[in-house]
Amino acid sequence: MTTLAGAPTPLRQCVELAGKDLRAEARAGEALLVTVPFGAIGLLLVPLAVGTDTPLLREIGPGLYWVVVLLFGVLVTLRASTVDGPAQLDLLRLCGVGPGTRLAGRALANTVLLLGVQALLGPVAVVLYDPDLSGWPWLAPAALLVAGGLGVLGALADALAQGLAGRTTLGPLLVAPLAVPLLLGATQVLTAARYDRTAWPWLALMLTADLLTALAAALCAAHLEEAR
Amino acid sequence: MLRPSVPTHTPQPSDEIARLDGIAVDIERTPVLRGVDLAVRAGEVVGLVGANGSGKSTLLRVLATLLAPAGGTGHVLGAALGTSACAAVRPRIALVGHSPALYPYLTLAENLHFVARLFGVTGSDVDDALEAVGLSGAAGRRADHCSQGMRRRAELARVLAVTPSLLLLDEPHAGLDADSRGLVDLVTDRVRRSGGACVAVSHERDRLHCLVDRVVEIVDGHARPLGVGGKVPA
Repeated sequence: MTTLAGAPTPLRQCVELAGKDLRAEARAGEALLVTVPFGAIGLLLVPLAVGTDTPLLREIGPGLYWVVVLLFGVLVTLRASTVDGPAQLDLLRLCGVGPGTRLAGRALANTVLLLGVQALLGPVAVVLYDPDLSGWPWLAPAALLVAGGLGVLGALADALAQGLAGRTTLGPLLVAPLAVPLLLGATQVLTAARYDRTAWPWLALMLTADLLTALAAALCAAHLEEAR
Repeated sequence: MLRPSVPTHTPQPSDEIARLDGIAVDIERTPVLRGVDLAVRAGEVVGLVGANGSGKSTLLRVLATLLAPAGGTGHVLGAALGTSACAAVRPRIALVGHSPALYPYLTLAENLHFVARLFGVTGSDVDDALEAVGLSGAAGRRADHCSQGMRRRAELARVLAVTPSLLLLDEPHAGLDADSRGLVDLVTDRVRRSGGACVAVSHERDRLHCLVDRVVEIVDGHARPLGVGGKVPA
């Protein structure tokens, strides 16, 4: 079998693909300059709707934050600026990039962007809701698991909906139900920590959801390529 | 200095780069190709002509191993079409299609460096390739801010940077001004000299005349020889 000497490993290709996506996002600003401000407005509208009842806002604040992160995060994963057209897909295939690597590259870029989205929306939520942050060390693994899980889900949904007229509608419909374990886990991690209960079961739930999503993506990747 | 890509096996002039026997392709249940026989040998440039919708671009995608045939058999660079072996030879194939395979938000240089890194080609090769096609001054310009001709030249630079064993060109002269059209000859010549082969689709028969060794016409889903030794009927 003939191979290219010095050809990069799939992991290296995955990093290159993610770097390309992030560079495109830095130019387009679709996720961080358009979607995040809308997310912040979403967080702002809740106190306007329910009133400035500080105890209530403190109670529901973390949950609302994760709802906004998940809903707007879906839009980040389905951003149009990094959609590969048929010519780009052909090019990647001819560069020796397998479908699994392409999906992984997209998921990696999604994860980095979603961590950025969380980092930008987090202070907004803290200012608006003044939540109890006594369990804040648990936020780091929860944020990582949400970003990773949603990143893979978004990449998978984007690949499934690619080329379809209803891509931007179908994508969120595919992702939102599957993201429920992430929403539940992320919200309950903070709640459990606040009441001195162990948060590990909720992190385990999120990790399981992430692993199942990654497994589904790995199994689907080759078939997605064939169907195109 | 540009260097060729690094296949562990360099095709010899006697080598057959691609062979198709009775290849049939259906697109959305409509037969496009119905039994194409074609052999492409190392060191030659084959021209493909035919009416609009005759299946020329489809045949290029079959040769690129991107489209599995519905019928017939074929080998490209030793890999049987429609098998998993195709994945291993794809990096030795370059396709310059109708639409530019460039990422609009990246600069021309970033686009080429990105592809080069996926191939394991050095950055200096990319810079040399950009210079060879006259795009050094525009290397930092975003692809979506470039003209069609510049994007086409960038694609030719990509081919120069990786020097494939099989180069597939779909309307390679489209969008190029008169001064830039020699670049297609430069690229095909480099591939030919490195022991590779080219297949070019073009409606511009006078341009094809200068480029190819022989011409094959696609008619009713079949391939038939039309001219040999650069003799392309007008």
